[in-house]
Amino acid sequence: MSRLILPGDWLVLLGGVLLTGWLGWHLWGQGQARSVTIRAGGQRVASLSLLHNRIVQVPGPLGVTVVEIAGGKARIKQDPSPRQYCVHQGWLSRSGQIAICLPNATSIELTGPNQPYDSLNF
Amino acid sequence: MTASTSDTLLLQPRADDHRIARLAALAIVLAVVDAGIPSPLPGIKPGLANIVTLLALETLGWRAAVWVSLLRILGAGLLLGSLLTPGFFLGLAGGVASLVGLGLTQAWPRRWFGPVSASLVAAFCHIGGQLLLARAWLIPSDNILYFVPAFALAALVTGLVNGAIASKLLEAFPCAPSTPSPSP
Repeated sequence: MSRLILPGDWLVLLGGVLLTGWLGWHLWGQGQARSVTIRAGGQRVASLSLLHNRIVQVPGPLGVTVVEIAGGKARIKQDPSPRQYCVHQGWLSRSGQIAICLPNATSIELTGPNQPYDSLNF
Repeated sequence: MTASTSDTLLLQPRADDHRIARLAALAIVLAVVDAGIPSPLPGIKPGLANIVTLLALETLGWRAAVWVSLLRILGAGLLLGSLLTPGFFLGLAGGVASLVGLGLTQAWPRRWFGPVSASLVAAFCHIGGQLLLARAWLIPSDNILYFVPAFALAALVTGLVNGAIASKLLEAFPCAPSTPSPSP
């Protein structure tokens, strides 16, 4: 048995385990958002996975809010609100981040396996 | 230059050529068996043929391992009908990356690092090469990173198991690189 797996092999195995663990922790854990919840007028319109790139049009009292999902992130691409706060927030990628277009009563919220914050603001 | 029947060029295969051909044939059979085993995620396979590459590496050296590996990828591609398909190129990228990794492990002291180390390094290089090609060519999106931990876990398990099998085989049938082949 001692001949089958040499001391250095255990070291390499340990390195492999650490690498796999780090990859799993980094890419699967860490509050990385998995899906986005879109709301309009207080009602949940859709809950979509971030893994599929798409563009969603959400109607509101002022017009249409355009939500874009791409590369595991989501943003308000276009909105009729006068100050464009939600558009300027840019891409959201972490669980718990929210972009709200108050005048048009639309919002997106990122959700993931664990929800560490009620909201994040930068 | 005129060619006549008496003017034939005879290629005399050396003993090592026979050994490489034998190992490559064995590897192709294992690759076909490998393809028949169902897998949970496309791209995750036991990689049984890599045991043969490891045997070639340990008994005949790195150049022989390169030959055995590339012949196996080409031969298995022909047999499985996957030649020049995306899957074939993914396998080729993984194979080439593994061979580079195996070349690096050759410099490590043999007293401490055996076939299991080589197998683990090769397995991780294999998924690395595959993922690089997939990211650059087939799926140009970072979403592919979501599957990386699963591939890494598969590499860890298959690398360990294949390396242990190769180690066991080398222990059971020790053959030094300088030993002449019994048959031509």
